[in-house]
Amino acid sequence: MTGVTREVVLGLDSVVKRFGDVEVLKGVSLSLHRHEVVCLIGSSGSGKSTLLRCANLLETVDGGSITLFGQSLHDARIDPILVRRHIGIVFQSFNLFPHLTVIDNILLGPVHALKRNRNEVQAEAMALLERIGLADRAKEYPDRLSGGQQQRVAIVRSLAMQPSLLLLDEVTSALDPTLVGEVLDLLRDLAAQGTTMLIATHEMNFARDVAHQVVHLDGGVLVEQGPPAQIFENPQHESTRAFLSRSR
Amino acid sequence: MAAQIDTSSTDAPPSLFAPRRRLLFTGRRGTVASVVSTVLVLGGLIAVFYLSPGGAAVRYAYFNPHLMWLAFVGDPADGLSSVGLGILTNIWMFLVCEVFILIFGLAIAWVRISKTPVLSPFRILATVYSDIFRGIPGLLVVALVGFGVRGLSLGWISNQSPAVYACIALTLSYSAYVAEVLRAGIYSVPNGQIMAAKSLGLSNYTTMRRVILPQAVRTVIPPLLNDFISLQKDTALASIIGVVEAVNAATIFQDSKFNSSGLVVASLLFLAMTIPLTRFTDHLIARDRNRRLAGT
Repeated sequence: MTGVTREVVLGLDSVVKRFGDVEVLKGVSLSLHRHEVVCLIGSSGSGKSTLLRCANLLETVDGGSITLFGQSLHDARIDPILVRRHIGIVFQSFNLFPHLTVIDNILLGPVHALKRNRNEVQAEAMALLERIGLADRAKEYPDRLSGGQQQRVAIVRSLAMQPSLLLLDEVTSALDPTLVGEVLDLLRDLAAQGTTMLIATHEMNFARDVAHQVVHLDGGVLVEQGPPAQIFENPQHESTRAFLSRSR
Repeated sequence: MAAQIDTSSTDAPPSLFAPRRRLLFTGRRGTVASVVSTVLVLGGLIAVFYLSPGGAAVRYAYFNPHLMWLAFVGDPADGLSSVGLGILTNIWMFLVCEVFILIFGLAIAWVRISKTPVLSPFRILATVYSDIFRGIPGLLVVALVGFGVRGLSLGWISNQSPAVYACIALTLSYSAYVAEVLRAGIYSVPNGQIMAAKSLGLSNYTTMRRVILPQAVRTVIPPLLNDFISLQKDTALASIIGVVEAVNAATIFQDSKFNSSGLVVASLLFLAMTIPLTRFTDHLIARDRNRRLAGT
């Protein structure tokens, strides 16, 4: 990292998560600073998704602690609903609301969670749709859109909440190879604008281009962390080398 | 060399023609076949109806046009209630019950689904309620409420008209079914939808109201309307506690004229009431499907 110390947005300290007898996260520690992009790499089942869900309180942790802006999320007085309004998450399977049009998908959070004025948000939402080139599809239902379009709408839906950070859970893994590019391009744009993002991904070239830090998870353990140049060109750990050679 | 599957056979190309017997009932021959079978089946039924030894007696007892009309309009001077007016009682009872059943059924479903600790006594109550009212025949619920509550002599509570007790009984009985239908519908919404709603910082109530219920309703409409079609017919149970609705009027007519044509009139009126609802259900399903496929 550069010498400038920046505010830590999300902090994980020895986070442990179990599903029954299986320990999925075995004490992971990680900090995400403002305007920083961190990519999580690792094979399927290494705990990337679980880590993101824990950060968003969609899963409870069994050990360690998570802080958002220095506030522990395990404090009984913390309202998970308020936490989630500051953390956007985009899923592998889009999860757009099929009964709502594209524009209503985007408006739902700002209007019904943040209680903002509908017309005001509508203008913002249209501007976001304009940016991803889907303004003319605003009135359509999600199942009329291609996978790549749906995923971009899902990202915009999260952005409309104006989150402090965005979690992306393998957002291109369910897409046709031809549609991956348009989603990654949007994420590159966001990174260039300084959006704070924690990205679980299998797209190594993308991680190399965009990430400030790359984190390799293996079997629920943070094996290695560093700038992309170090991780991709000169991995220190044997399991990272093995993973990268398999991913090429 | 290993055995190879040969895909470039030099044999004659395979025949793609259907066997002759399968072509017997296609094209114009098919039309002829369907006309002939319709005539045979319907003609056979009508023949049985007309030629059976008791046919004439049954036709007189059930299908006498003059008496059917008399049952339909009734004759107050003769103490005969009108079956035609009686069905209006069935209709309003159905409409009133429907509203309360939806509200009550949704409340029960919601309590049974919720995980809030405060609601745990209600959760147990709701489960017991569902078990009890799905287990007791509707006829008995109507009788118990209709005679029982009046018997309590509780002033205002015991002084309602029989139709009110019938509505209460039907609501109690059907809410238990409808709650289960709604609960199944709510559970049918994929977990990813709930996660997406939660991740937008929506409250539990808003998630239910804006994300889960609108999707659940879609899956639930056919079974729900099925229950309502059944409810329309079960309003006839009110007759046993003295509500003068279509079936009761027809029975009074039967007792005084020794003729059952009124029952057929009531049957036809019930059909006239239920068929629009079944058509409407199909229409809703088709509209929803088209709208989503057209993406407008």
